[in-house]
Amino acid sequence: MSDATRLSVFKTYKLYVGGKFPRSESGRVYEVSDSKGNWLANAPQSSRKDARDAVVAARKAFGGWSGATAYNRGQVLYRVAEMLEGRKEQFVREVAEAEGLSKAKAAAVVDAAIDRWVWYAGWTDKIAQVVGGANPVAGPYFNLSSPEPTGVVAVLAPQDSSFLGLVSVLAPVIATGNTAVVVASAKAPLPALSLGEVLATSDVPGGVVNILSGATAELGAPLAAHQDVNAIDLAGADAELAKELEIAAADNLKRVLRPQPVDYTATPGTDRLTAFLETKTVWHPTGALGASGSSY
Amino acid sequence: MGSLFEYAPAPESRAVVDIAPSYGLFIDGEFTDSADGKVFKTVSPATEEVLSEVAQAGEADVDRAVKAARKAFASWSALPGAERAKYLFRIARIIQERSRELAVLETLDNGKPIKETRDADLPLVAAHFFYYAGWADKLDHAGFGADPAPLGVAGQVIPWNFPLLMLAWKIAPALATGNTVVLKPAETTPLSALFFADICRQAGLPKGVVNILPGYGDAGAALVGHPDVNKVAFTGSTAVGKEIARTVAGTSKKLTLELGGKGANIVFDDAPIDQAVEGIVTGIFFNQGQVCCAGSRLLVQESIQDELLDALKRRLSTLRLGDPLDKNTDIGAINSAEQLARITELADKGEAEGAERWSPACEIPSSGYWFAPTLFTNVTQAHTIARDEIFGPVLSVLSFRTPDEAVAKANNTQYGLSAGIWTEKGSRILAVANKLRAGVVWSNTFNKFDPTSPFGGYKESGFGREGGRHGLEAYLDV
Repeated sequence: MSDATRLSVFKTYKLYVGGKFPRSESGRVYEVSDSKGNWLANAPQSSRKDARDAVVAARKAFGGWSGATAYNRGQVLYRVAEMLEGRKEQFVREVAEAEGLSKAKAAAVVDAAIDRWVWYAGWTDKIAQVVGGANPVAGPYFNLSSPEPTGVVAVLAPQDSSFLGLVSVLAPVIATGNTAVVVASAKAPLPALSLGEVLATSDVPGGVVNILSGATAELGAPLAAHQDVNAIDLAGADAELAKELEIAAADNLKRVLRPQPVDYTATPGTDRLTAFLETKTVWHPTGALGASGSSY
Repeated sequence: MGSLFEYAPAPESRAVVDIAPSYGLFIDGEFTDSADGKVFKTVSPATEEVLSEVAQAGEADVDRAVKAARKAFASWSALPGAERAKYLFRIARIIQERSRELAVLETLDNGKPIKETRDADLPLVAAHFFYYAGWADKLDHAGFGADPAPLGVAGQVIPWNFPLLMLAWKIAPALATGNTVVLKPAETTPLSALFFADICRQAGLPKGVVNILPGYGDAGAALVGHPDVNKVAFTGSTAVGKEIARTVAGTSKKLTLELGGKGANIVFDDAPIDQAVEGIVTGIFFNQGQVCCAGSRLLVQESIQDELLDALKRRLSTLRLGDPLDKNTDIGAINSAEQLARITELADKGEAEGAERWSPACEIPSSGYWFAPTLFTNVTQAHTIARDEIFGPVLSVLSFRTPDEAVAKANNTQYGLSAGIWTEKGSRILAVANKLRAGVVWSNTFNKFDPTSPFGGYKESGFGREGGRHGLEAYLDV
């Protein structure tokens, strides 16, 4: 009964699709190593079929999530921060291993990621007032513009910032009522896959966020070409892949967010929120009375 | 037609507009021939009369115009916003002064009724310049940060259905934000853009700030693909929009697209029928239906279908088709032989697929391009005429029983530009408007536009918004 004889329990990392944790339908895995090359785990190597399944799940979840009140979505996002806070140690370890950071630096990254959820939680019920409003048209009409989620968003998570970067691109997508299919950093997918476990216990409805691990190019291609994906964030694509995917995305006129240099430690602006919003303008006559000069 | 009341013809005078026999490209403040000397003719769609001969831009001309715009950008963008504003206000005023001339010109070149160019197009053109003029010195208050920067040279390609209005939608926000412009009008309607070039000269606009390149698709493609263009704005077909999206892929060019539509006009059983009929007519027969946000699918609640269709057919029988310069004309000419062929083909396909075709008794002039207002009943969602954008005076009628069914059918399209809702029940308007995947929803009205109001589509109707504060974003580095 000596401590030295106890073997630790490894975790089988799985995808997060439709609120469940499937293995890749392809049965494939690939080796994930830490920054020094030591084996950490076998991650699922998702296939095109996994990508398509994730889109189906995201589409199914879209009605409910986009129809939820902004207040409710804010509560759910805040709940993610709460759950992460309680499991901070695990994420500090995973981020440290994934990115070769000291424990202190990894802890700062995880803190920042948790705070980012809190930041976006507060945006859900404010963005409409910031980017929408009444338009003073020259006529007897009530005219109101309001933002609405664009739909299912494919997100290629940043390659180098396995957790803070991931959270920074995912949270704004779902804060605004979209649903997401996320392709995790190819070389450091474990924090992303663990985030799925947190989301599953954070009141985020199944299918709102779907997380795939594997080769970014292999998964990006079917997502960019998918007719039922409304937008794609190319944060995790290099210039060559981004161009190829942007061309594929033109097929159904997806909204495309091109890769750009981002300092994920800085407080984000509203760009990533507005990138996945449509503006709907509703007109209605105000019933101005006629030339008789009468009034209410 | 017209058994009860006969109206005497009331033609608008052509004398207010002086169309020269030939026009050049407008580059760097001068009218100039195209590099290869090519020209094309522009005709009046109502009579097939040749109106003028216009220089045809090619790749070399695009390059020259982009260079002129690039050169002008440095000083134009550095100008205090208040000064840029004054140029735009000048342009707006001159447009007002010359609006009758421009309205007649537009009707001649486009074929649309004078009452539309006079009462809709031109007032809106002036209003857009006035609206964006006021933004030029207030950009730091527009919600895009403290000092939003212009992008540079904007390459703009516009369609033939609202030639001058689409020019205004594109040029006014571009100039207000400090960008310079190379604009390609459509090959069938280049004249009003060339008259606008003259207005720029009258306004004393610095050389090279606005460049106008009449031409065909190849000139548009050269402009979109030019390496020194920073922003691309396009209004036109979805197919071309996709091609443009592929062209700018992998570049840093900012892109906005206003593309096709297949708008649903939903009439509930408690709708005010007479108003709904007027709205349906406006929705699909305004500008001969050559409108991207046209209400080309009528979704009518089954219980009132017969009553509504009777009223609609009665109303359509009073529409007057003919000389667009006649102030009594409701339906003018189709813009081109090519477009007429497309409308004809799709309408024939509607019949071939089993939909029931109806048109009012209607005399078609012997020359020019004409298509009688047309109604299709017995249309299902699978019919080509219910799915493809026809861009002509052709209305497809479908029915529904419940609000949910109406929403499902309205959203069952690749497009997402516009929709209409007709009901006296306020909560139903809001509930349905909320569920429709469309950028503009008109309730108990249709086809209303205003420069303060953002316009643009969901899904394959394109991305970005034009008009309002939202319209500034397309031309700012944000």
